[in-house]
Amino acid sequence: MDSFVNISVELLKGFCENLKLFSLTLLFSVPAGLLVMFCSISKFKPLKWLSKTFVWIIRGTPLMLQLFVVLYVPGLLFNTPIKVRFTAALIAFVINYACYFSEIYRGGIESISKGQYEAGHVLGMTKPQIFFKVILLQVVKRIVPPMSNEIITLVKDTSLARVIAVAEIIMAADRFSARGIIWPLFYTGAFFLIFNGLLTVIFNKIEKKLDYFRG
Amino acid sequence: MTVLEVNNIHKRFGKTDVLKGIDFKIEEGEVVSVIGSSGSGKTTLLRCITGLESADEGKISVGGRVTFDSERKEKLSREEKRENQLCTGLVFQSFNLFPQYTVLRNVTLAKELLVKEECKKNKLPHEEKKKKLAEIRTEAIKIIDSVGLGDKLESYPCELSGGQQQRVAIARALMLSPQLLCFDEPTSALDPEITGEVLNVIRKLAQDGKTMLIVTHEMGFAREVSNKVIYMHEGVIAEEGTPEEIFDNPKSDRLKSFLNSTLRI
Repeated sequence: MDSFVNISVELLKGFCENLKLFSLTLLFSVPAGLLVMFCSISKFKPLKWLSKTFVWIIRGTPLMLQLFVVLYVPGLLFNTPIKVRFTAALIAFVINYACYFSEIYRGGIESISKGQYEAGHVLGMTKPQIFFKVILLQVVKRIVPPMSNEIITLVKDTSLARVIAVAEIIMAADRFSARGIIWPLFYTGAFFLIFNGLLTVIFNKIEKKLDYFRG
Repeated sequence: MTVLEVNNIHKRFGKTDVLKGIDFKIEEGEVVSVIGSSGSGKTTLLRCITGLESADEGKISVGGRVTFDSERKEKLSREEKRENQLCTGLVFQSFNLFPQYTVLRNVTLAKELLVKEECKKNKLPHEEKKKKLAEIRTEAIKIIDSVGLGDKLESYPCELSGGQQQRVAIARALMLSPQLLCFDEPTSALDPEITGEVLNVIRKLAQDGKTMLIVTHEMGFAREVSNKVIYMHEGVIAEEGTPEEIFDNPKSDRLKSFLNSTLRI
């Protein structure tokens, strides 16, 4: 019953939940971060401060707490509890990571020299043209390393979903330890290591690909 | 024909008056150099003329077209703004090439975007667009050749020396055939031994009759290449005249001491 293969299969099932949470979070938080970033660099002051305060709150409180808030607060306030725990986890993760990503984007955009915008401007390019044709790729190149860092952190953070009983890998392993079999808990590390190793290879490839120019 | 006419330009940054009423003209084919110590307002003047800053007061026309007028009340359309922008070209002190593009693409990019927009607006057939883009390419190669970089078409800016980058920047500005080409201290970021290659390109443009406005610290070059030299001091034109008048017979003590200090360096 508790053979190595069996346990591996059980853990893998759990890890699939982690991967699902990971990929959906990534899918939504990458563009959502862009939205938050545009708000925080907006010239319209109220929007800017709203966005900055939001980022401060999200970055300043534990993700674990945010998971509880998303799960319970809608039910307490509006009497419409989020029934699917996975959805609650996903919402909390997307909000949390969008805020982190927005700050990385902002750093990237603000690090591009004014001269690049001015060069585009004197060549008669429009603002969108300057952003998409001149600035964007330079920003992408600069944010690949910090984004890789954050994305790898996201992989590991998905196991936090366990606190609202999303059946992810650590929870799966915990079921074995409750029966006195401890080693699957340690074994979960291998899943994270292998997946993050894979991501690291991909990020290195992207960095190499953008290595043809400096700036 | 008058290419540039600047009338009573004022510019303030906060409480500092950087430009306090600048008036001058450039005729077609003339090369005008602007000299003066740092903080005299030379660069700000150039930025107002090229549309990177808008002046607080005054009027600027390029080739008879009013590109800036502080009295103007109505808002300009996007097209008008762009037309105004394309009247002048600017070569920066720090080159500002687009690092992710090859030399060729740096030069063609802006023109390609213009042509693509035009084709879209006039709904031109695909073949026509292709033909136009091919023409741009041919023209760009010719211009890059003329600044001596015909063998660097596919190089990236990071593979070039400062002098080569600045020559690409000049080619990039020339590609849009501005009526007035402006230079903001084009050799200040370069090692002394490679300023020559950039100055040679500008010299050649002067011989070809290109109308140019050059802010520079290279006194010898300003003297040799210009038809007129403007000396700026504390936001006004303190003295202007032919290179001989300015360099051989400076009238004011200020200009004399400025020239002396640059000679000593």
